[in-house]
Parts: sequence; C-alpha cells; structure tokens
Amino acid sequence: MYIRAQKNCSEEAGNYRNIHHAVLGVIFCLTGLLAGCATTSTGLPPEEPPMHTINEFRDQRFADVHDPWEGFNRSMYKFNYYFDTYLLLPVVNSYEFVTPTMVQKGVSNLFNNLGEIRNLTNNVLQLKSEESLITLGRFVTNSTIGIGGLFDPATSLGLKRRHNDFGLTLGFYGATSGPYLVLPLFGPSNVRDTSGYAVDSGLRYGLYSLIDPFGAIDEESEVSAGITGLEVVDRRHQESFRYFQSDYPFEYYMVRFFSHEKREIEIRKGRIHAGKE
Amino acid sequence: MKYVQMIIFACLLLLPFAGRAEVAQYGYPIQGSYEATILGTPDTFKPDLPVSIRTRELTLDIFPDRKKPEIFFYDKGLRCTMAYQTHKAPLAFLIAGTGAGNQAPHQMTMMKSLYQAGFHVITLSSPTSPNFIVSASQSRVPGDMEDDAKDLYRAMETAWNSVKNDIEVSDFYLSGYSLGGTQAAFVALLDEELKIFNFRKVLMINPAISVYSSAERIEELLRAIPGGSTKVGYFFNDMLARFSEFYSYNSFVAINDEFIYTVYKEKLFSHEEAGGLVGLAFRINSAGMIFTSDVMTNSGYVVPKNRKLKTTDSLFEYFTVSTHLSLFNYLNEYLYPNVHKKKPGLTKAEFVASMSLKSIESYLKSSPKFGVMTNADDFLLTQDERNYLRELFGERVKIFPRGGHLGNLEYKENLAHMVEFFKKP
Repeated sequence: MYIRAQKNCSEEAGNYRNIHHAVLGVIFCLTGLLAGCATTSTGLPPEEPPMHTINEFRDQRFADVHDPWEGFNRSMYKFNYYFDTYLLLPVVNSYEFVTPTMVQKGVSNLFNNLGEIRNLTNNVLQLKSEESLITLGRFVTNSTIGIGGLFDPATSLGLKRRHNDFGLTLGFYGATSGPYLVLPLFGPSNVRDTSGYAVDSGLRYGLYSLIDPFGAIDEESEVSAGITGLEVVDRRHQESFRYFQSDYPFEYYMVRFFSHEKREIEIRKGRIHAGKE
Repeated sequence: MKYVQMIIFACLLLLPFAGRAEVAQYGYPIQGSYEATILGTPDTFKPDLPVSIRTRELTLDIFPDRKKPEIFFYDKGLRCTMAYQTHKAPLAFLIAGTGAGNQAPHQMTMMKSLYQAGFHVITLSSPTSPNFIVSASQSRVPGDMEDDAKDLYRAMETAWNSVKNDIEVSDFYLSGYSLGGTQAAFVALLDEELKIFNFRKVLMINPAISVYSSAERIEELLRAIPGGSTKVGYFFNDMLARFSEFYSYNSFVAINDEFIYTVYKEKLFSHEEAGGLVGLAFRINSAGMIFTSDVMTNSGYVVPKNRKLKTTDSLFEYFTVSTHLSLFNYLNEYLYPNVHKKKPGLTKAEFVASMSLKSIESYLKSSPKFGVMTNADDFLLTQDERNYLRELFGERVKIFPRGGHLGNLEYKENLAHMVEFFKKP
C-alpha cells in the first residue's frame, strides 16, 4: 500500500515535472525574448562571472536564517521603509515635538502596563511561577500606586519587566520558528510568532469587549480608534530602529539574524529552566 | 547597585598596579586590549553629556548627475550631522573610523562632548562606509589616501556651503578616529594647498600609521582562530553557541549591558577568541565596503559583471563571499589594479608606502597643529610604530596605558583630553 502510494506519487511527480518543464520552457523562451529586447534597448552586455564566488569557500554559513520567502520579505521590508518615511515617522516626530517628555513617558508606561496582561497570561501558560508573580506584582503596583499605569514604580522597587507572549509560549511547548517573515507595519517575525501575535491580539480584544471600558460614551468607536492610533504611535516612538539607517548593504541579514536569534535564545532559556532540554 | 559593583570591580582591577602611580591614576576599567575594544566604556565611566542637543541632519548631493543603482534606492546623498551653537563658535569636523557612519556611537559621543565645550560640530562618515562610496567618492573605490582626502575635503566644503549662512564660525578644527585619524592628516595636508578651512588644530585618535601594517594586524587576529581566517563561519557559530548557552543556563533577565559585562568578567571567551571576534567585526564591516564598491563600479569582483540587482534579490551569497575576503584580497585584487589604471607608473610598493603617515612625515613634523591620542595596547600599532609617533610628535602624543583600539574613547578622561587639546590656545 505504502509502496503503491509512493509509486503514484512519483508518477504524479513525473507528470507534474513534465508540465513544469513545459512551463519553464515557455517562461525561458519568453524571458529570453524579453532579455533580448532589454539588451538591445539598454545596450547592456551579457553577465560575466565574478572573480570570487561562493564555491571557493569551504566553511559553515553564518548569520543564516531559514528564509524561503526572501523576495516577498524584502518587498515588505522596503514597504515598511516607505510607510515609516512618509506616514508613521512624520506623525511620531510631531507627537514627540508637541507633547512634553513626561507625557510621552506616561503614555508608554500606560501601554506597557496593559501589555502586562499578555505577559501574565503567557507566563502562567508556561507555568513560570516566579515570572508570573513578578508580573502580577508589577501590574497591581503600577495600576494602583502608579496611577492606572501612568508611572512605573514597580521597576524602581526591583520588579523588572518579564516580557512574554504567545509566540514564546508556542516555542516553549516545542514549536519551531518556521520561515522568517517580514510583516507589513510590524516588521521582522516568523510564522510561529505571527500566529502567536494573532492569539495575543485575540485575547486582548476578547478582554476588551468583556470589560467594555468606553461603553458608556456615545463616541465609543472614535475613542477606541484614537487609542489604537496612539498605541501605534507610541510603539514606534519606543522603537529606535529605522529601516536602512545603517547604510549597510546587508542590513536585511543583520536584522533577520538578530531578531531571530533573540527569540530563539529566550525560548531555549525557558525550556532549559523548565527541564525540557 | 550596578554602580557599586563596578566601582568594586574597578578597584580590584587596579590592585596589581597600586605601586605604579601613573598607571594607577588612569581609571579606565577594562583590562585586555580586545576586550576593551569590544566592550567600550561602561556607562558609569562616561562623562555626563547633554541628552539632547541642537542638531541638524544634512543630506548632501555631491554628485548631482550620478545615477545610483536600484538596490541603493534609499541612499539620497551623503548624510552628515551638525550640532550647532547659537553664537559664534569654532567648528570641528569629525571623520569616522573604518566602515562607520556619521552617526556611529563614537561620533555621537565626541560630538556631544565638543558641543558641551562650546563647539559647532559636523560629523562625516568614513570614506570606507557604503553611504560615502555611493554618494561622495569620486572613484567609488576607497583606500587611496590621496583620493579619499580629496573626497573628504569636497564633502566638508559642500557641508560648509550648505550651513555657512546659518552659523557663525570663528575657526576650523579637524579630528578623526582609527582610519579616520590617519585620513585627517592627509586632509590637513590638502588644506594647506586649498586653504578653505585653514585648520587650526588636528587631532588623530587611535590612528593607523601604515594602513597596510594595520591591515596585517587585523588579519593576524583571524589567522589565530581554529582553522584560520577562511573558517570565520565555524568560528562565528561556535562563539554564538557558547554565548547562547551561557545566557540560557543562567538567570539573566535580558541580553543587556549587565549580561555582556558578566560575559567579560566570567571570561567566557579567551583573549585570542576576543581577538577573533574583533577581527570578524572588521570583516563584516569591510564586506559592506567591498560589495558596495563592486556594485558601484560594476567590476565583477564579487557580483557578476553587468548584473542589475533588484531590491528583492537575495544578497546572501555576496555577503558570504565578501566576509571571506581579507583586506589583502581587496588591496591586491581590487584596489591596487583600480589605482594603477589611473596612475600607471605607480608600483605596488610605492602604493603601499603612500598609505602610511610616513609618506607625509616631513609635513607632520614641521606643522605644530597636530596632536595624537592612542593607547599602549592598541593592537593596530606595533611597538615600533608607537615609538615612531613619539619621535614624530614628541610631547604632542598622548599614550594612555590601556583601552585597546578605541575602547577608552568614551572614557571621561579621554574626552576631557580631546576637548582640552582643541581649547588650548
């Protein structure tokens, strides 16, 4: 049965390969034609191999991350650059210009304090008792003494933020990162963390609908849209990274490597401390 | 808490030197030249600098007719940063080190320090940085000291022309660190001829004496790694695994300064390994230079000749190839042939000699405007070269007992020395 299935499979693959070849052939002819046109129109001579190629080096690849969708990701990376340059950063800059630094700090604290709910849920989901207690302590302290989260007295009391999210939770229970993914607006991520983000957002939305903090106000949707907008601006305000700022031609790989490695190291640490590795 | 910890740590470090007054007085805390280079200056050892200062970012269109390849679409011109006073003040230009941009951390610290002391400041990228190659280099091939000096001078002039109606300047000063320090000397020489700035003083910070010899020092660091300099990939992955392991098995809250400092204290990497990491950092830097220059000149060095790269194309192969090329590959196979085309009579030996301060030593010796700051353990210099600096500049060279290559640049005493050099009449 298994062998038959496999045979069928390979037959199909064979058929597929034939079609594939035909398609490729057509594409090749077309490209050839187009390239021909291009050559005559721009007068570009044909390519010549470079002096040094990858074949001469016998070494491990480094700073490498599984990235089968690199073309798409690079487009998104560029899109984010344009979005930042022409829309988000001008807004962030005006925000930084018109609001006093103390207010900016307060806004950041407020949203970071709301983020503690996500940290708490995921610390609990990963059965991290110490982190959960610290997070709970931070949330309670900052929501009360910190006046609803405007200030962050918890950090000065020695309770440092223990970031956690559902992407890390998935990783904690053994999910691998999956391919690298650059998300529009949100930037570097991967398949696992993107689903994690969706779950965190869903949970948050659920909680929000349950509590319905602006239910009594007539312009409820306007108010919540305003708050979402402010949160987006605040998040960009807190993030100092700027696309293509480094001018380094391999910046994409540096960003990819560091964002990936940071997550993997955190997950590994969590698994080791829980005795999973 | 962190502060107390560091003080105790600093005292412990100083114990063995208690008997030697001169050394004991110097409080830069990090022993080991490579370690210092990697770690730089811990925050508590930096001076209090203003958090926000009056700055303006300049984007200079130096070659308006230049067509830039599609993959450098984000490059809109040479970027410089100016910090300015609202009254008449001296203006200092700062040239960054190998591969570094105008807003490199060292540049920003020096800028703030000089601004605090009442200077206007304009920071420039290194001629070896991608932005400079794309937008400010005439030949698009960095490394020839004479060409680089001309490019830098042109960039300074353009920058000055774009701001001279907005700020009042009394005098011009010049400084640079690492390769930028060496280049500052060549720029000063050019200024004697073109006389636009008439620099009053020029400070070289951790300069290379001979760029060739310093390249040799860097390559030595990589030759010392297991398997030699062609195995940077294995080395990188090994070091990363150890770093990750150390983090995972301990209870650090995040990968932050405190963690990095612990890595140093616990001697996670040996002195040689730290040296390898420094060498690798140089490689990753020079890879950007090699690739950018190759694309700009269509030379077919690491990218196929006549290939038009698109913004969605993978560049990983070029990254890998470029990080496996040494500075000597670049010099022998790419830079020298390019220079030779323009100056056919120039032999390789003559070219190598032209990349050294020795080639302009009579000028350096005769001019009173120069000063040098370097370290006794700067591994880019040999002992002979340090002696040479002393011979050449006498009292005007200040050699700090440690700090490696640039590690102590942001230490308060070093910055104070820099400011004092410029302020002294």
